[in-house]
Amino acid sequence: MGRIQLKSVTKSFGDVQVIPPLDLTIEDGEFTVFVGPSGCGKSTLLRLIAGLEDITSGSIDIDGSDATDVPPAKRGLAMVFQSYALYPHMTVRKNIAFPLRMAKLDQVEIDKRVEGAASVLNLTDYLDRRPGQLSGGQRQRVAIGRAIVREPAAFLFDEPLSNLDAALRVGMRLEISELHERLATTMIYVTHDQVEAMTMADKIVVLQAGVIEQVGSPLELYRTPRNLFVAGFIGSPKMNFIEGPEAAKHGAQTIGIRPEHIAVSETEGEWSGIVSVSEHLGSDTFFHVHETGLAETITVRADGEVGFRHGDRIHLTPRVDVIHRFDAQGLRIE
Amino acid sequence: MATQHSRSVARLMMAPAVVLLLGWMLVPLTMTLYFSFKKYLPLRGGDLGWVGFDNYVRFVSSSSFWPAVQATLMIVGGVLVITVMLGILLAMLLDQPMWGQGVVRILVIAPFFVMPTVSALVWKNMFMDPVNGLLAHLWRFFGAEPISWLSEASMTSIIMIVSWQWLPFATLILLTAIQSLDSEQLEAAEMDGAPVLKRFYHIILPHLSRAITIVILIQTIFLLSIFAEIFVTTGGAFGTRTLTYLIFQRVLESQNVGLGSAGGVYAIILANIVAIFLMRIVGKNLDA
Repeated sequence: MGRIQLKSVTKSFGDVQVIPPLDLTIEDGEFTVFVGPSGCGKSTLLRLIAGLEDITSGSIDIDGSDATDVPPAKRGLAMVFQSYALYPHMTVRKNIAFPLRMAKLDQVEIDKRVEGAASVLNLTDYLDRRPGQLSGGQRQRVAIGRAIVREPAAFLFDEPLSNLDAALRVGMRLEISELHERLATTMIYVTHDQVEAMTMADKIVVLQAGVIEQVGSPLELYRTPRNLFVAGFIGSPKMNFIEGPEAAKHGAQTIGIRPEHIAVSETEGEWSGIVSVSEHLGSDTFFHVHETGLAETITVRADGEVGFRHGDRIHLTPRVDVIHRFDAQGLRIE
Repeated sequence: MATQHSRSVARLMMAPAVVLLLGWMLVPLTMTLYFSFKKYLPLRGGDLGWVGFDNYVRFVSSSSFWPAVQATLMIVGGVLVITVMLGILLAMLLDQPMWGQGVVRILVIAPFFVMPTVSALVWKNMFMDPVNGLLAHLWRFFGAEPISWLSEASMTSIIMIVSWQWLPFATLILLTAIQSLDSEQLEAAEMDGAPVLKRFYHIILPHLSRAITIVILIQTIFLLSIFAEIFVTTGGAFGTRTLTYLIFQRVLESQNVGLGSAGGVYAIILANIVAIFLMRIVGKNLDA
């Protein structure tokens, strides 16, 4: 099936090493998300797995056999590109059928599989249109359709939702998750959006500058980030980092407190400060608080009903049991 | 923006250009039509009055008419096939990242800057001369008898010269088209299991179809009227007399303006027939 194993894989472009030796195992049927800021090497890593880039050293195993020198078409992987990469001169039907035609399947089988994929993806009415006549979400589904008809060992998604508007993105996110539940095939998904990572993944791989910072389930990463980078990257709004004497009180170089782990009060609390900006989302309210006696501006999440405004004095109390402590190297202290 | 007022002003301001262009087209066309119905021999009596369709009948019934049409179509067809095919190959080659790309591209475009008369003379004297030409030396180097290109293989020679001139144009247009191809499409096709040749056939060629259409249309228009290349090489001998050249001979060598004008009208009709054919075959590529 679709177990993918990377063994001390490296990648250099000229003299620049973009991926230092990296080991990673993706289990069969797992939905793995590569997440990181732009330029962290996550797309490169995906292209290495796909075979679109050659690895500089190391090896890639797919299904237990060495696939390092196997050309992309023979790896049994299907990829959905950021630009969808549909063939503009072919109808939707021909687009979806293309990999099957290349595999020289007979026409009856091709038709059966294309119809099947189209009904799964609600594309039956659009089979005779061209990609240019479809909306962004429909094009996305055609690209997914082209991937699923091949019945691949694993799906590779390269930021597939970044060209869609916000509402459509939430919808497609659900559709991809549902597809994964139904097909139970390995999926590797690259994104820079931590919300997508948190909501979809079985396993998140956080990357920075080609280095894996942490691998784990979404909640593991949220609850026990291994270092400052992961702590800051996972969770929205971003975790508050506090240095100096306040951190020293907890025996750490830096302490991190998530905005949702700070209680807000009008009258009393450990810290008191002035609200500089309050963002009312309806369900939640975010306060950016300064002049607390700490060097940093503190972000706090409160209930949607809490109605402080700019310039109000409020009192904050962090929950002591969920304070994250980090040492001078930025690593977590247990 | 487009109010009633601004539109009428726009029309007014465009009028001089439109009138000028219309005159530019209509005056020669009317004069050609006018002379085609006259017996007009400048050195042998001048204007000898109206003759009806006499010139048209004589031009077509001349023994050199059909060979001229054939020669024209052969040159146009031959040059189109060579330039489009080599143009696609060269464009794909030039699209590859390589050292000195900018210089190589300018070198490839260079033949287009050479005047037709000059390039034909260069080919005639430097390459195709049966005694001192480079090709003759090459033939002798391999122990073969040099070919006197322009008399023994006249049509091939002219097609070679004209193709050399027009290849840069085709390459340039096709290169820009290839550069606009989304590389993710090729990668997707690669992942879908299409080997190199199938990727060319299913992805690159359809992507180029519009550019190929444009190359064919523009080149046909210009190739129907090539003249200098024939004038300085074979002078219309050895079966290389095209329709354009035949008209030239009728008007200037035989000093028969009426007959030449009738030929000119035929040339207009031929060009339009070719244009209609092309539009029907490839025109649908332009709408898409």
